[in-house]
Amino acid sequence: MSPAEAAAPSLSPALLAVEGVTKRFAGVTALSDVSPEVRPGEILGLLGENGAGKSTLLKILSGVMPPTSGRIVFDGVEFAPHNPQDAKRLGIVTIYQELSLIPTLTVAENIFIGRAPLGPLGLVSWRKMEEASRGIIARVGLDLDPATPVSALSVAEQQLVEIARALSLKSRLIIMDEPTSALTETEVQKLMSIMGRLRKDGVAIMFVTHRLEEASAICDRMTVLRDGRLAGHLDREGGPIKLPKIIEKMVGRAASELYARPTLRDVAGDVRLSVRGLRTVRDPQAPHAIVLEGVDLDLKAGEILGVAGLVGSGRTELARAIFGADRIAAGTITLDGKPIAPETPADAIALGIGLVPEDRKHQAIFAALGILTNFSIAALGRYSNAAGFMTERREREALASYRKTLSIRMASPEQPIEGLSGGNQQKVILARWLARDPKVLIVDEPTRGVDVGAKAEVHQILVQLAARGIAIMMISSELPEVLAVSDRIVTMRRGRITGEMPGIEATEEKLMELMALDQKQEATQ
Amino acid sequence: MTSTTEQSQRGGINVARLLMSFGPLMFLALLIVVFTVLKPSFIDPINIFNIMRQISITGLIALGMTFVILTAGIDLSVGSLLAFCGMVAAVVAKGGTANTLSLATSGTQGYGWFAALLAAVVVGALAGGVQGFAITRLKVPPFVVTLGGLTVFRGLTLTISNGGPISGFDASMRWFGTGLIGPVPVPAIIFAIAAILCHIVLRYTRYGRAVYAVGGNAEAARLSGLRVDRILISVYVIVGFFAGLAAFVLSARLNSSEAVAGIGYELTVISAVVIGGTSLFGGIGSVGGTVVGAALIGVLQNGLQFNNVSSYTQSIVIGLILILAVAFDRWLKSRVRR
Repeated sequence: MSPAEAAAPSLSPALLAVEGVTKRFAGVTALSDVSPEVRPGEILGLLGENGAGKSTLLKILSGVMPPTSGRIVFDGVEFAPHNPQDAKRLGIVTIYQELSLIPTLTVAENIFIGRAPLGPLGLVSWRKMEEASRGIIARVGLDLDPATPVSALSVAEQQLVEIARALSLKSRLIIMDEPTSALTETEVQKLMSIMGRLRKDGVAIMFVTHRLEEASAICDRMTVLRDGRLAGHLDREGGPIKLPKIIEKMVGRAASELYARPTLRDVAGDVRLSVRGLRTVRDPQAPHAIVLEGVDLDLKAGEILGVAGLVGSGRTELARAIFGADRIAAGTITLDGKPIAPETPADAIALGIGLVPEDRKHQAIFAALGILTNFSIAALGRYSNAAGFMTERREREALASYRKTLSIRMASPEQPIEGLSGGNQQKVILARWLARDPKVLIVDEPTRGVDVGAKAEVHQILVQLAARGIAIMMISSELPEVLAVSDRIVTMRRGRITGEMPGIEATEEKLMELMALDQKQEATQ
Repeated sequence: MTSTTEQSQRGGINVARLLMSFGPLMFLALLIVVFTVLKPSFIDPINIFNIMRQISITGLIALGMTFVILTAGIDLSVGSLLAFCGMVAAVVAKGGTANTLSLATSGTQGYGWFAALLAAVVVGALAGGVQGFAITRLKVPPFVVTLGGLTVFRGLTLTISNGGPISGFDASMRWFGTGLIGPVPVPAIIFAIAAILCHIVLRYTRYGRAVYAVGGNAEAARLSGLRVDRILISVYVIVGFFAGLAAFVLSARLNSSEAVAGIGYELTVISAVVIGGTSLFGGIGSVGGTVVGAALIGVLQNGLQFNNVSSYTQSIVIGLILILAVAFDRWLKSRVRR
C-alpha cells in the first residue's frame, strides 16, 4: 500500500486541490479530512461504497453545499462556491446520474439552454444555435440532428449531450457521477473513448463509479473513500490499477473473501419450472424493446440458475414474461409439471413465483412508505384476518425475524425505506418475497446499487434460500456475481438462449464467448 | 458504515413527522385563539357546533377524496355529483319532481328517507365507478375524466330538475340535516362516524395498505401482486359514495335539493385534503389530516363571518391562508430535513 500512497510525481500543478475537507451534519461526520487532487488532462477515479462520502464530496465541489472545514483550491485560487452556478462559472460541471436534460426540448435547445445565441433583432437565432450545436456534439462523437428532441435519444446519447453541454461551457473540470450505470457494454466503450479524447484535450475529469473494471481501465489515479475518510490513493504504475487492490481499499479487507465461490452444492431437486418455446409480442409502443425468440429453460428446486447476458439480451424480458408482467405470444410454462399461464403478476405470485425487479427505485420499493408496508405488501393476505384487518403483531414479528436472519440494518419498521442503503433496501425486498414462501424466485440484478460488502451478504442469502429448496433464477450483468453463486449458468443474446454450462466449470472468458453467440451451439460441452 | 447516517435520519424523520402531523393542527389552534381574542363568543358551544355542521358536508366528501388523492388521483366532479345525487334523493323522497314546501302538498307518494339515502349513495358510487373505469381501462387521466364528469353530472342534474330546486321533505328526512342528538348536530355526528371508519380502513386494513402502495408506486404495486386497476376504481367508488351521502345530508338540511348545489365544492374539498398534509403525488396522507384541514377551512370561514368580514374579502383571505398553510408546512419540513 505504501507506494500507492506516496505522492505522485507532479507533472503539472493540480487544477483542483481539496485540502482537508470535512463535512458534519447534526453531529454526524459524513466526510472527514479528505484531500483529493485532479490535474489537467487526467482522469481521477473517485471510489467508495455507498455511504463512503462520495456524494457529499461531489455536492461540496459542485457548490450544492459548503464544507464544515477545509478549503478547495481551483486553478491556484481559493474556491468557495455558494451555488452550482458559481462552480459552473469557474468551469466545474457536474453530470449527475439523474440526467438534467429537458426531454421535450431539442438537443440544440438543451445545449444552449439559458444562453441561446441571438440574431440582429435580439430574437433567438435558431440557425446559429443549430450550427454551433452540430460542432459541439461532433466533439463527443455524436452523429445526430441537433433538432432532435432529447426524449428520442437513448440514455447513452443523452449522457453524451450532457457532456457536450459541459464542453460548450468551457469546462475545465467535468465531474461524472456514475455515468455508466445505465449504459450497455458498447455504449460504455464509446463513453470511455470520449473520456480519453477529452483527457488529451487537457480537460480534467473526476469519474465516480461503482464499476471497478471500468475505473481500472481508464483512471490515471484513484482516490478511495471509506466511511467518510480517505482510504487511500492509488496510482497507475505502468499498467491499469488492479481490481483486488481497489476492493481492498474500499472494504478494508481482502477481495478474495467477497467473490468466494460457494462449494459445489448437490442439487438433486426435481424440475420446478419449465419453459418451452417462449416468445413475446413486439409492443408497438416500444418498437426497440427486445422480444423473446423462443426460449427453452428448466429450473430445478434448490438450484441457482444464473442468467448471463448484456443489457438488451432479453434477460429481463424473460423474467417478466414468466412473471406475467409482459404478454406472451407463444410457448408453454409448466410449474411442478402443471401448465400455467399467468396473465398478471398477481396470477404468478398466487402460483408461487416471486420477482425482485432490476430497477429497485421504480419497480420495487415504495420510497416514502415505511419498511413494514414495503415488507408485507406482497403477502397482505398472510398478515390479515378474514375481515380484512391487518394482524399487525404477526406482521411486525415476521419483519423482526427477517431483520435478524437477513441482518437488515434499519432504525424502525416505520422508517421510510428510502432512508436505507441500497443493500438494506434489497434485503427488505427479498424479505417481501420470503414472506410468501415462494417456489420460484427470480432476482434481476440483485446487487445493482448495492455496496461491495453487502453484495456478498445478498449472495449468501440467495445460497441459503436455494438450500431451502427454492428454485432461484438470478439475472446479472456482472459476471463475477454470476460465477460466485450459480449452480448452472445460461447465456442469452437477442432474446435467445445461446449456451449453458455448470457453474463450477464456468469462467468469465467462457461465458463471454457464449454471450456473443447468436444461436445455441450444442458443441459447447 | 451506514448506521450513523441512518440514525441521524431516524432522528430527523421523527421530528419531521411530528411537525408534519401537527403543523396544520397548530395552525388551526392558532386561528381559534385569534378569533376568540377578537370576539370571545366565537368559542361558544353554539358557534362551535355551527362550525361542525358547516364543515360536515364538504368534510364527508373530503374523506372520500383522501382515498383518491392517496392514489395520486383527483376527482373534480364531486360538486356536480353532489347536486346530481341530491336531485336523485329528492325525486325518490318525493316520488316525483314537484317543487312544493311539504311532502303533504306535493300530491305524490314519496318512498321515505331511507330509499332516498340509498338512492343517493348508490348513484354516487356508480357514477364514481364509471369514472374509475374510464380512468383505468380507457387510460384517460383522472383530471380529464372527472373534468368531463363535472359538466356531465351538472347537466344531468339540470335535466332532471328542469333547472329548479325540488323542495319539501318530511320531518324524518330533515332530521338528518337539522336534528340534534343532545347538543350535537346530526351532520356532525355522521361526519365523525364516517371519519373514524375511514381512518380505520386506511390505517388498519389490507385494503388501506393497498391504497397507500398504489399511490406510492403503482408499478411496484402491480409487481407485488396488487390488482391496481381494481383499487383505483374502488377509490372513485368511495368518493362517489361520500358525495351521495353528503348530498343527502345537504338536501335534508336545506329541505331542498338545488340544481346549483355544490358549485366549487371540489376546490374546498381538495383544499381540505391538501392542507391536511396529503400529498397530491400520492402515498402520503391521513384521514386525521383531512379532518384538520376541513376544520381549518370551516373555522376560517366562520370566524371571518363572525367578525363581519364581507364574503368578497373572505374568499381573498381564505385563498391566501390556504397557500400560507401549505407553505408553512413545507417550511417546517425543509427546516427539519436539513
